[in-house]
Amino acid sequence: MSIVNEKDINEQIAWAKINADVLSSMANPRKAYWISVAMCIAMVACAVAAEAYQYNEGMGYAGLNNPHMWDMYIASFVFWIGMSHSGTLLSAILHIIHADWRKPIYRFAEAMTTFSLMTAGFFPIIHLGRMWNMYWVLPYVSDRGHWPNFRSPLVWDAFAISTYLSASMLFLFVGMIPDLAICRDNAKGWQKKLYSVLSLGWTGTDRQWRNFRKTYLLMACFLIPLAVSVHSIVSSDFAMSIMPGWHITTFPPYFVAGALYSGCAAIITLFVLLRYYFRFEEYMTKAIMEKTCKLTFAIAMVWTYLNLVEFASIWYGHDMYSKELLIAKAVGPYAWVFWSMIFCGSILPFTLAFQKLRRSMPIMFVVSLFLNVGMFFERWMIVAPTLSMSHEPHQWGVLWGSIIEWAIVFGSFGWFGLLFLVFVKVFPSVSMYEVKEMVYHRRRHLVNDDAAEKFHRRASDSKTGTDEPGLEGA
Amino acid sequence: MKRYSIMALFGDFDEAFEAIADIRHAAVPGITTDDVTLKSPIEHPEIEEVLGERPVHIQKFTLGGALFGLIFGFFFLASAQATFLVQPQGGKPVIPLPSNFVLVYEMLIFFGVWVTFFSFLFLSGLFRKPHPLYSEKVSLDQIGVLLEVDEDKLQPLKDLFTKHKAVEIREGVLQQ
Repeated sequence: MSIVNEKDINEQIAWAKINADVLSSMANPRKAYWISVAMCIAMVACAVAAEAYQYNEGMGYAGLNNPHMWDMYIASFVFWIGMSHSGTLLSAILHIIHADWRKPIYRFAEAMTTFSLMTAGFFPIIHLGRMWNMYWVLPYVSDRGHWPNFRSPLVWDAFAISTYLSASMLFLFVGMIPDLAICRDNAKGWQKKLYSVLSLGWTGTDRQWRNFRKTYLLMACFLIPLAVSVHSIVSSDFAMSIMPGWHITTFPPYFVAGALYSGCAAIITLFVLLRYYFRFEEYMTKAIMEKTCKLTFAIAMVWTYLNLVEFASIWYGHDMYSKELLIAKAVGPYAWVFWSMIFCGSILPFTLAFQKLRRSMPIMFVVSLFLNVGMFFERWMIVAPTLSMSHEPHQWGVLWGSIIEWAIVFGSFGWFGLLFLVFVKVFPSVSMYEVKEMVYHRRRHLVNDDAAEKFHRRASDSKTGTDEPGLEGA
Repeated sequence: MKRYSIMALFGDFDEAFEAIADIRHAAVPGITTDDVTLKSPIEHPEIEEVLGERPVHIQKFTLGGALFGLIFGFFFLASAQATFLVQPQGGKPVIPLPSNFVLVYEMLIFFGVWVTFFSFLFLSGLFRKPHPLYSEKVSLDQIGVLLEVDEDKLQPLKDLFTKHKAVEIREGVLQQ
């Protein structure tokens, strides 16, 4: 079979096999799974220890002081919020445009969205220092008539992220209900009870399917503008200020493009890991990997373009502080981070343009990791240089993050990994019913094509009779 | 007369489709497609060709939820901002529309999504005990056609399902 015509999925795959393969991925964790869990717990323990130390000794140990009052925690917050856009892109946008190649891989992308948000949410709280006061940002009725400052983008953040977290959790859950019913029908003991509760009595009636489809579509329609608004609002944390390097008109689309970019890169990473670990070669095919890579490449070019727009608008603008900061980014103390960001974010993605490289899972795994390293550098380059080299030279100071900050950032990856590892063992990481739909429609399409071909051939060739495959289940 | 529930399992959707089409064309007198419930492992929107159009009303609730979020959001913020103690704003508007727009937008989506979810729970016929004839094969790879009929319709229906190559036919007496 030629590479060009390779199918996204083998349409002859039996439905019983789809159920069996996905359900077996949820059973009997292998040794590597427990090792991964242990590593993630150790990483989380590092973060907890660092946070406990910071909690007792004060925020100075995190290096937070004038002028560096944001730095690593906020850069990490932006990074994790960005990562969360993967699920929305892959699931909601591709669902609306009927790109059915998303079906085998959207579930873990949606889970990534939820877990990234759950990770991102920690950083502003940790950054507060007095984390017990975090509820002050919420609009609760106070007996002293105090309300949060609704003009502040930080309050917008609280609204946007809590909306996004709850909406993406619902989106993930609703999309899983038919699969949870499959789990219920195949489970025993306490697991059967758990899945019976979670599947909400789903029995696959036509009424349930009709309402399900409409609900899923409506939620997807809500999630797309929501995701765009969330990262636009996060960008407003910076763009609403008058600080050089932050007060930029293109910041909202720049943030959204960066978010989609890092999300797509993370999807490639987890795609390779799940494909290898769960032996999902039949579902997470190279053809689907190619499409994901092409999408990532396109977004990388959008991100590169927005970077150039930002540089050009500063260069040809009349704000000397911003211009000096831009030059300082390129040749100053953060220059290696800046050029690494450019390399990882704008040059390395060209590997995604080559078919041979796209089809190599190890290469794509490494490339996707570096793309996300680039995106982390991007967030660092947004936050740190502006604080380091702002309007007042007497306030200038370069900071690289304290060991406490690095430990907490390190632990955040462990936390995300732990949530994801639990997820893949409790919930199906490939959507069984959507893969069945994909197989069904392709098989039907194939039969129709054959019928059409036969119809056309009949005029000249009568030797075309073949047995048509059954359409359901196989 | 006793009432029965009967469910035929088909290995092929097209056979189930044809069986329901026959019911629609009055192959069994007294039975209409309104009595039919289709159970399937995936969605088959094309079944409406024979079952008839069965409308979905969730979008109306979604619109209601989104409008509620919009209106409630604005008045919630405005009432908080118009509180006597926080009115002195140094020349800025008491109720700033641009920043409120952002928050109202989020609340529109928040309520829209939650109302959509709850309307789905209530309108989909969830939270019910599985039908006694429910087969786990329906969540695997077979199509179930379920009806609740009088005793005298049972045999004609069985014949119809057998004609359309039903893999299995289940029946049970309904509790009166």
